Amino acid sequence: MTEPREEMEFDVVIVGAGPAGLSAAIRLKQLSPDLSVLIVEKGAEVGSHIISGAVIDPSGLDTLIPDWRTHETPIKTAVTDDRFLWLTEKSAFPLPGFIMPPLMSNHGNYIVSLGNVCKWLASEAEALGVDIYPGFAGAELLVEDGVVVGVATGDMGIGKSGEPGSNFARGMALKGKYVLLAEGVRGSLTKRAIAQFGLAKDADVQKYGIGFKEIWQVTDANHQPGLVQHTLGWPLQDSVGGGSYIYHLEDNQVAVGFVVHLNYKNPYLSPFGEFQRLKTHPAIKTTFDGAKRLSYGARAISEGGYQSIPRLAFPGGALVGDAAGFVNLPRIKGSHNAVLSGIVTAEHVAAALAAGRSGDTLADLDAALRAGPVGKDLHKVRNVKPLLSRFGTLLGMGLAGVDMWCNTLFGRSPFGTLRHGKPDHATLEPASLHQPIDYPKRDGVLTFDRLSSVFISGTNHEENQPPHLHVADLALQKSSELDIFAGPSTRYCPAGVYEWVDGTYVINAQNCVHCKTCDIKDPNQNIDWVPPEGGGGPNYVNM
Amino acid sequence: MTTLLLAEHDGKTLNEATAKALTAAKLLGAPIHVLVAGQDIAAIVNAAAKLDGVAKVLRADAESLAHQLAEPISALLVSLAGSYDAIVAPATSTGKNTLPRVAALLDVMQVSEVSKVIAPDTFERPIYAGNAIETVQASGKLVLTIRISAFTATGEGGSASIETVAVPTDASTSQWLGNELSASVRPELAGARVVVSGGRALGSAEQFEAVLAPLADRLNAAIGASRAAVDAGYAPNDLQVGQTGKVVAPELYIAIGISGAIQHLAGMKGARIVVAINKDADAPIFQVADFGLVGDLFTLVPDLVKALE
Amino acid sequence: MKILVPVKRVVDANVKIRVKPDGSGVDIANVKMSMNPFDENALEEALRLREAGTATEVVIVTIGSEKAAETLRAGLAMGADRAIHVKTDAARIEPLAVAKVLKAVIANEAPDLVILGKQAIDDDSNQTGQMLSALLGWPQATFASKIVVGTGTIDVTREVDGGLETLRLALPALVTADLRLNEPRYASLPNVMKAKKKPLDETSPETLGVDIAPRLKVLKTTEPAGRAAGILVASAQELAAKLKQAGVL
Repeated sequence: MTEPREEMEFDVVIVGAGPAGLSAAIRLKQLSPDLSVLIVEKGAEVGSHIISGAVIDPSGLDTLIPDWRTHETPIKTAVTDDRFLWLTEKSAFPLPGFIMPPLMSNHGNYIVSLGNVCKWLASEAEALGVDIYPGFAGAELLVEDGVVVGVATGDMGIGKSGEPGSNFARGMALKGKYVLLAEGVRGSLTKRAIAQFGLAKDADVQKYGIGFKEIWQVTDANHQPGLVQHTLGWPLQDSVGGGSYIYHLEDNQVAVGFVVHLNYKNPYLSPFGEFQRLKTHPAIKTTFDGAKRLSYGARAISEGGYQSIPRLAFPGGALVGDAAGFVNLPRIKGSHNAVLSGIVTAEHVAAALAAGRSGDTLADLDAALRAGPVGKDLHKVRNVKPLLSRFGTLLGMGLAGVDMWCNTLFGRSPFGTLRHGKPDHATLEPASLHQPIDYPKRDGVLTFDRLSSVFISGTNHEENQPPHLHVADLALQKSSELDIFAGPSTRYCPAGVYEWVDGTYVINAQNCVHCKTCDIKDPNQNIDWVPPEGGGGPNYVNM
Repeated sequence: MTTLLLAEHDGKTLNEATAKALTAAKLLGAPIHVLVAGQDIAAIVNAAAKLDGVAKVLRADAESLAHQLAEPISALLVSLAGSYDAIVAPATSTGKNTLPRVAALLDVMQVSEVSKVIAPDTFERPIYAGNAIETVQASGKLVLTIRISAFTATGEGGSASIETVAVPTDASTSQWLGNELSASVRPELAGARVVVSGGRALGSAEQFEAVLAPLADRLNAAIGASRAAVDAGYAPNDLQVGQTGKVVAPELYIAIGISGAIQHLAGMKGARIVVAINKDADAPIFQVADFGLVGDLFTLVPDLVKALE
Repeated sequence: MKILVPVKRVVDANVKIRVKPDGSGVDIANVKMSMNPFDENALEEALRLREAGTATEVVIVTIGSEKAAETLRAGLAMGADRAIHVKTDAARIEPLAVAKVLKAVIANEAPDLVILGKQAIDDDSNQTGQMLSALLGWPQATFASKIVVGTGTIDVTREVDGGLETLRLALPALVTADLRLNEPRYASLPNVMKAKKKPLDETSPETLGVDIAPRLKVLKTTEPAGRAAGILVASAQELAAKLKQAGVL
């Protein structure tokens, strides 16, 4: 497609209306009300593609909008009870609160729908004059002379064959003096920027997990608003990292979810299957007696932490929020860091613009972030993920506890800073070394199959468009992904996008919930996730 | 206390939709008059008079009614409305086209697509493409269209009296130019009485056509497809039934080689009778099928065509 | 020729609606809302007629709360020239009331052609166009799949049970759009940006002198009964017999 694009210029162009992008926009307008700030968002609405547990630490909001408690917000349910269980197949063992490092406490935190929080932040941003355009994906980084000068939105109305259809609309070039990539974990433009500018060359590999979430409407008897419960252990084997969460929100709604670390080795493992199985545990299933499942979604999560943070600033812009990987794994939280990184980035951008600069590299940003609250939050827990990876969940958590206590009490750890080892796509072992896992049949009441799950995520893509999941080498997919690894994509994909049908790789791109797991976990890095037509993807509600 | 039912016909024969709407109309508990509006409609009038439970058939025979245009038929219905408490029509394209005009001219709200009569003034109707059911209560004169797939047809057995009614002068400025009825062509998917749908198990575009067409021809059915079949290139996009395709509510839906993912069920769960033919006895389609046939579709479908001869 | 296109804000077609457990309705809190898809077809057709030089102005109108302005912005972004917002916070506005409000708007705007969606995908009434046509005394062509403009007339091809039918209507006339009428365009980002700044004409049912109180009483809203599994038959012959019995052949 070479047809010229219409162009518009802004002071700052932000890709992604999540907590990071919205916070950056709000801070920019707070500091310099006259700046033109534009956000494009691939979801059909702000919040449509946001999925998170979520228990949020309000420290980010306290900094961004100190009087937020007096605003009309969807942040309503304070955490009142915080439990941690170790599960075996039949039993649950509560971990006493006193052995938990204080940083893991949820006192003062809130159970929210992060999607609804983003909708609220968007209204705050728009009130300050930020222009937010959902339904438009940032599809291409515009780079001139080694400087990012903007992004182009995707073309619309392209037919399956790649030819423009009758309703074709060319994307638009959105030029900014600075471009902030706030795409969340494994952003597609972020991936390009990291590669083009070598942003990750001094960082450890990024690590990931896949997180699932369902919202249920439970009976009055099973509803305890403010209750937060996490579990480790069953149904995962000790060598596979992950765990569950159950959060009781307002209005009889309960969020239940599961995270599986993507460094698992057995290609037969189905993270989705493990999640469905979790709900059948005696200590968990009673919550869902007489309840109804309302929604479902999944999203990759960054887990690399402190040592995996790439360089944030590049010529003409910066990575913001989880695009750079700011999740605190033991706290199972990242949105506070997303907000805080948005703030610190906005402060550097506003200062640069005030000094008449544009299109340069924000030289002090990286140091400021690492020295600030985000860096401190992540530095304390930097060894948790490597310890889990090396020693398994049980021993790993014990050692991680020691490590976190040392960091808390003495400001340093006997482990120093551990490295992560292999990237997640390289951890799969050939199927011949493993046995297939027989997941129980779904009952359609407590446990479900993938397609009926995707159905309630509201996922849709305009049908007549080229698939947005690019397999670089189909022959390799067959000879390796199928023949050696027994088709792990048919199991790791939470939406049933991938099928092997008689040796043919069928890609049901329409089902894609934009979790990015395939882009991360495919053993040959043979799948490239690119944004589909704007507005496509899940339509998450209250997620 | 009388109900007036607008007969559905094609100018030659009485359509079965009339007998189905009659079943619903009877539940209002009042005597029923059937209005046959058209030109040269003696045979239709006689057929209507034979329907069980019809007290009287009104014959409105005029050139202006020949093409069942909404304006003259609604004017006719309004001219008769004074003697009736309820005006009912099947929710066919004619009924849907005409009855809201009558309601507006009488200044009442119509209840569209009644799927269940709860009480003579209280009705169920599907909303949100059948994903919710609304129960509404009407007051005053009733204007109802009836979802025909929700009612079985009333049989014959009556011998109603026949009365000719005056047809108001046609003041409308619509002119009928022509039609293109799909007698030889298959019926349009969204409105078809019978739908024969195929899935990925058909294996190829050629087999999709070769297996399904004889059955569809036999039943005068529209052909549909699952998304997997469309994605595999066996059928064009516009045949897709399901969440992202068409939502159909035929009287008979025959799913052939379709596993029955919820995305597909969303498009056909309003069908009255669902038949599934699939080799996988565990396929979810059997959980919603009234009649299931487990086995090889390549032999069972031709067998069915033969059995239907 | 001036064309008026009434548009409705509805729950987006991709949203899986949830019936509230207390039967009080469908939960639309926080769900994505969009322009009714059939109205998009109607607007697209009007825009094409303007682009073909047949129409000179395309005006859109909606009835609803403050938020319905978003739907008008979406219509302006597609290319409508002007937008009228009949503001009301009424929770339920029935087709009859909508038709009466539109009749009052039409008295002011005097369009030559009204095109609207054949039905809204929320209440699925399929009434507004027909009611409005009857109240105006204008000729109607519902379920249109093709519109050809003549001199003082339009020829409309309609999708009817069992085929197609073509009518010639004298203008002014009313048409309701079916999905096959056209493929609606995407609003481009520049147009979405411009639409954000366009003014909306505002009025209200009270100003127009229309009583919009509902006539029907909604007693409850429930989930449809799920389908239950039926029986397995042993052969094609048995199946044919069962279908005969069920009266669907």
